[in-house]
Amino acid sequence: MVWVNQDKCAIVGVGATKYYVRGQSWPRTINDMICEAVIKACDDAGLSVEQIDGFAYYSTASAGYGEKMDTATFMEMLGIPEVGFSAAITSGGGGSAGSMGLATAALMNGDTKYCITVMGLQQYHKRLGLAYSLSEPDAQSSFLQPSGLVGPGHLMSVLFRRHMHLYGTRREALAEIVISQRENAIPRETAVRRNPLTVEEYFQSPMLADPHCRLDYCLETDGAVAVITTTSDRAKDLKQKPVYIHGAAHGGRHEWGRAFAWMGMPTDEYFASSGHKPVGQRLWDMSGVGPQDMDVALIYDHFSSMVLMQLEDYGFCKKGEGGPFVESGAVRYKGGSIPVNTHGGQLSEGYIIGMTHIREAVEQLRGVAVNQVKDAEFALCTGGPAHLPVSGCVLRR
Amino acid sequence: MSLKAVAIPGEHIKINTDPYTEPFWQKAKQGILTAAQCGACGHFRMPPTSYCPKCRSQDTKWPDLPGTGTVYSYVVCHKAPFAGIPDFTYIPVVVDLDGAPGARLVTNLFDIDPEEVTIGMKVKVEFNPIQDDWMLPIFRPA
Ligand SMILES: [Zn+2]
Repeated sequence: MVWVNQDKCAIVGVGATKYYVRGQSWPRTINDMICEAVIKACDDAGLSVEQIDGFAYYSTASAGYGEKMDTATFMEMLGIPEVGFSAAITSGGGGSAGSMGLATAALMNGDTKYCITVMGLQQYHKRLGLAYSLSEPDAQSSFLQPSGLVGPGHLMSVLFRRHMHLYGTRREALAEIVISQRENAIPRETAVRRNPLTVEEYFQSPMLADPHCRLDYCLETDGAVAVITTTSDRAKDLKQKPVYIHGAAHGGRHEWGRAFAWMGMPTDEYFASSGHKPVGQRLWDMSGVGPQDMDVALIYDHFSSMVLMQLEDYGFCKKGEGGPFVESGAVRYKGGSIPVNTHGGQLSEGYIIGMTHIREAVEQLRGVAVNQVKDAEFALCTGGPAHLPVSGCVLRR
Repeated sequence: MSLKAVAIPGEHIKINTDPYTEPFWQKAKQGILTAAQCGACGHFRMPPTSYCPKCRSQDTKWPDLPGTGTVYSYVVCHKAPFAGIPDFTYIPVVVDLDGAPGARLVTNLFDIDPEEVTIGMKVKVEFNPIQDDWMLPIFRPA
């Protein structure tokens, strides 16, 4: 059944700061960067900042995982006169793509006319990759932390090892994901890592949690990205070609649950996965399109192996065939059947907890991307495989 | 040549408990591996939580398990998990616990060459003294 709100709302503005290597954004503050992204998004849309009247966050409205995004503070800083909506999808980066659904709900309910979704990240005081090891465990994480799985990349490596065992998936597939995204980052001035990378260099990268080497981990960067959504009626009067929200879903099943913070996923189908399959199925059902209709896929890439497992869970290939699929060159911008992370992704461009993927989808569908997919009409964006909810959205030109 | 994986030094490991998890750790102190089992329907759940997800009962049993299990998945790490101590090789591992179908423990495998670890291998528990006089279940090849 096609979603009642299909194409009724659109992304009309995007703004971003520069992406900084971790810690180098200081002495800027995180709120300074978030406000810059919001102001630029308004300029891009042709709106006044004072017209903003709603905030649809994800990641529990945390900026990174240590600091908070606070609507009242943004109103005070930016002179926003009144808001009618301020809410967040829970958990972490898993909700990034789903935030377009939250914004749609707010807009269609008439709570807001011009809604901001934003993420800012500054790893000056605290590194996200060590989030688990730096704090004393609570009663639940006392069943995880003593194992020395110090961060998410270590934890997800356990899932990928099972995938290798079940399906014969090779590290060469991860190398292909990392290298293809690096290729995409090379021409992009926004990208933090632009030096070419060879397969040999990939295999020389230090092992952090075998089978994940350092290059399988995303970048540690600072910065902010904001988008503005509004109803499609209002979008017609604005500066940019609207990018329609064709479908958006967040959630997931009990069998995935707390995922790699739990390790209790009862079957291989869930354990050796990204946890996205139920949400992916809902997304295709509600949007009336499928993986074969996507022109470009912006797949959340905190760790390379999760790109591979999401490609399976969204049906770009069969379960277990992600390795050969990727190794065939299918995800390449040049010559691939489904160009993936044409912006370089979080592995090579910058890591702003999923927002760079939405930014790239908008640029692709406006036809102004650096690595433009010709005549791109549909883009898939996903949120980070982790603790539920996870999410995806389909955007349309 | 590869070095044998070792146990993480216990003096660096701290845990916390709550009333629903403490029985697990109290049994470990006595050298017994246990897992939370629903007293009403028999379903195992780990880590321990305050309700059975199958039947919502709060009646919980803590059976003595044989202390053996099967490696479900693992990774190999060569860098110390905390700053300020020399690097060593350790193996975080997810173990399916014998005698507790569906219950897994996220733990370490030690006293083994990393090259020799396989998914499906049998392992047996030992207890590593950690901070505050608690004992942490870890595993060696069976
Ligand atoms: Zn029960």
